[in-house]
Amino acid sequence: MNEQLAFTIEVFANGLMAGVLYALVALGFVLIYKASGIFNYAQGVMALFAAMTLVGIQNGQVPFAHLINAIFGTEIHHFGWHVHSFLAILLTVVVMIALAWMVQQFVFKHLVGQEPIILFMATIGLAYFLEGVADLMWGSELKALNVCAAEGACLPQGMNLWLEGTTYEALGYGFFIDNLDIVATIVAAVLVAGLIMFAQYTKQGRAMRAVADDHQAALSVGVSLNFIWVLVWSLAGFVALVAGIMWGAKSGVQFSLSLIALKALPVLMLGGFTSIPGAIVGGLIIGVGEKLFEFLIGAPFLGGATENWFAYMLALVFLVFRPQGLFGEKIIERV
Amino acid sequence: MFYREAGDFNTSYAEDQQTFPIKFDRYRYYVVLFIAIVIIPFVINDYWANSLLLPFLIYAIAALGLNILVGYCGQVSLGTGGFMAVGAYSCYKFMTGVDIWWGGELLFRLPEFNIFFSIIMGGVMTAIVGVLFGLPSLRIKGFYLAVATLAAQFFLVWLFNRVAWFYNYSASGQISAPERELFGVLITGPSTPAWATYLFCLFFTVVCAIVARNMTRGAAGRKWMAIRDMDIAAEIIGVNPLRAKLTAFAVSSFFIGISGALFFAVYLGAVEVGEAFSITKSFLVLFMIIIGGLGSIFGSFAGAAFLVVLPVALKIVGVDWFGWPTDIVAHLQLVVVGGLIVIFLIAEPHGIAQLWRVAKEKLRLWPFPH
Repeated sequence: MNEQLAFTIEVFANGLMAGVLYALVALGFVLIYKASGIFNYAQGVMALFAAMTLVGIQNGQVPFAHLINAIFGTEIHHFGWHVHSFLAILLTVVVMIALAWMVQQFVFKHLVGQEPIILFMATIGLAYFLEGVADLMWGSELKALNVCAAEGACLPQGMNLWLEGTTYEALGYGFFIDNLDIVATIVAAVLVAGLIMFAQYTKQGRAMRAVADDHQAALSVGVSLNFIWVLVWSLAGFVALVAGIMWGAKSGVQFSLSLIALKALPVLMLGGFTSIPGAIVGGLIIGVGEKLFEFLIGAPFLGGATENWFAYMLALVFLVFRPQGLFGEKIIERV
Repeated sequence: MFYREAGDFNTSYAEDQQTFPIKFDRYRYYVVLFIAIVIIPFVINDYWANSLLLPFLIYAIAALGLNILVGYCGQVSLGTGGFMAVGAYSCYKFMTGVDIWWGGELLFRLPEFNIFFSIIMGGVMTAIVGVLFGLPSLRIKGFYLAVATLAAQFFLVWLFNRVAWFYNYSASGQISAPERELFGVLITGPSTPAWATYLFCLFFTVVCAIVARNMTRGAAGRKWMAIRDMDIAAEIIGVNPLRAKLTAFAVSSFFIGISGALFFAVYLGAVEVGEAFSITKSFLVLFMIIIGGLGSIFGSFAGAAFLVVLPVALKIVGVDWFGWPTDIVAHLQLVVVGGLIVIFLIAEPHGIAQLWRVAKEKLRLWPFPH
């Protein structure tokens, strides 16, 4: 088999895997945007916050240890225990739900009926606030994230040797694909299926779709808007946790984790802000597109690192021809 | 009692339409200008210039520019950092003489521009780039546009990082301003007098503010506001959306380019594009106009002053008084800024400018309640 072609296919596959991770972040945006019309810029920081909380709980760190030490002159750092991963994830989910409740209670409850752009800016403020709180709580240094079901059964790291061996024997060229990416793809698929099932077949899911469809009508048949909004923020927090675990296990938990939100934005523009399938298809297109562009055009001709902007340019050009994205609702303007 | 319009009689149209119709406002404006131009240059020192006054003046220009686009014309932009980079790099190229290459040969080299005109050219080039990136705004609206402007941010930073022509093939990839003088006084370079850089920036800030004020209350500003309030309705009553949006992008980018050029040439002296003009800068300027007040000239100044003073104040309180480590103070700063944004949006969506307006309303009646 042609070496160049095989290499292109490998880049394609890796792009697909990266795209799944983008889609995972984009999903959190779509959930909140559909239900409340809030474009949640803080989604990436929520992923960072969730991952940091998870690591902190796992390692038994004392929250706000730095701050407490600075104020009272004490020397505390750790409780001195290690929490099992499952329990830690559970506790983090509780924290994210509490966060969702607080966000709704203290911020967006007071901003009901404001223009969308004001809500968007509030989420930027929220992102800064959360980032500061996360750093104060757990410290801003780079942390390694290991999620283990039991001793020796952790999230896999490194490349998949089996896949490389098989493809080498079959095609004469070994594919290089991360184990973690494969796991992330499976987890994302399960998560998306779960979310769709939740939205279609449960009472709360139906209420959620009703709110997304029409606030007033949902209110008049007895759906509690407040509850639904806390629910979608919790769900978005959960999605953020999953995204945080995947990205955190891949490249460590640090500030740059929150920048994946920026990567999710072009995904959303491509797919449309209101469509769950759109987020997934958009994520795949962006993931594959930027990897292939970097491989075929960016690195040989443009000096590399085109991944930083390619997604935005693609989305920009695409939107000029289709302003509502691939699957978004048609924009109808009236005076 | 002091702040009132009673007894203030306008006898000509010019008087009726002046920028500050109330006498007290007018005098206050003259006093502020007098202090800024005549008194501060004599008492200024390097610390005050570099930590407060220069950043304030430069960010005020950027905030004015962004406010024209976001506050007056309603087109949200997250590309401010990238546009500031365009201003900085064009200023640098014009300062050191633009060289045009064709097929590996040097075709010709423009003479080195005076620092003043280099900065103006920084603004002009940014206006051109701004119009280019503003073109999609005719089709893309709202959030989609906000995200689309991120394309400008990331693409421009990447461009200045990768294309060596922009930084004159220097080994470090940085640009650093050579020493340039105006009327025999050093304006750029390492050994500039504080008062000269201050007055240089002040000149640009004052001129930009006057231009912005008069544009926004004239025909152009009314068209922008009509587009902001509802673009379809504006189109129907005869505002050309193409021209209105693109002029807003051009004027806004011109200001932002000037501020980027000043930021590089006068304030920092040497910049690395990924560090100085990152997305954080875009958000910083956006926060300035939110906290200051969208659609207000005074608000741009208030917001810039607030966000320039806040970190310095927090640092003095946290590090110098309480002796906390600097990283904790840096994190606290994020919490405070983020919290303030949210509080402002909830309590006073129109920012400091609205508080100022309310205060003036109260002062008019004071000491009587009605």
